[in-house]
Amino acid sequence: MTVKEFAEQSGFRVINLAENAGEVLIRQSYCCDLLSIAMTKVPEGAAWVTVMSNINTLAVASLTEAACVIVAENAAAAGDFAAKAKEQGITVLHTELPVFDAALMVYQALHAESGV
Amino acid sequence: MSDTIKLHYTVSTEDFTRAGEASGDVKRKLKQMGSSPEAVRKVAIAMYEGEINMVIHANGGTIDVEITPEEIIMVLQDSGPGIPDVEKAMQAGYSTAPDQVRALGFGAGMGLPNMKQYSDEMDIETTLGVGTKVTMKVYQT
Repeated sequence: MTVKEFAEQSGFRVINLAENAGEVLIRQSYCCDLLSIAMTKVPEGAAWVTVMSNINTLAVASLTEAACVIVAENAAAAGDFAAKAKEQGITVLHTELPVFDAALMVYQALHAESGV
Repeated sequence: MSDTIKLHYTVSTEDFTRAGEASGDVKRKLKQMGSSPEAVRKVAIAMYEGEINMVIHANGGTIDVEITPEEIIMVLQDSGPGIPDVEKAMQAGYSTAPDQVRALGFGAGMGLPNMKQYSDEMDIETTLGVGTKVTMKVYQT
């Protein structure tokens, strides 16, 4: 499932849709808020669900090549988060759902697609 | 004629918004040059941690990167306070980072341990009141 497809299907608010969102595939979901852990653990192609929505979140998403960032719990985005996401070409979605529920939605969407 | 590429970066003072630019740039260059995905990831993580550390603890500094066919050498130099107890600083979970840094998702005492884990060789030279120089190597293969 592409990032764009998930963005449309989930109904999550779109903070930024990267130009390549129609091509980038989501392979799994991943949850973590501590950036020191996330920077070493976010799998490539993951939809990374977190409540951390500062510019460093984008840097970590970029270096780990996450498919997209999902900001959960309606966490407020700090500073020029949206502008930076656009500049760096990272898709960021936003939801009031808790972290687990948001990640579960990704999981279910992926598994519905694969029919497993 | 040399196959060595040298890069120089300045990590600016207290500027969290730009931390990651140097490691991002090196990462892009390594990918273009065909380094293995593993080496690219290791360099990106080790160097990003280094950048963050310099911003948190040392008011910035400089990073020199040398890319050869065999290895990537990163030299991070700052004029910060120095590390009083390197052994302690290397312990996972030990941190002297201030609260505002923790609020950003860092400061869990994983900086130096992450740098060591994601580099193939790491050396720290530090003098109190003078600064710290961290040299990290990541092998290309």
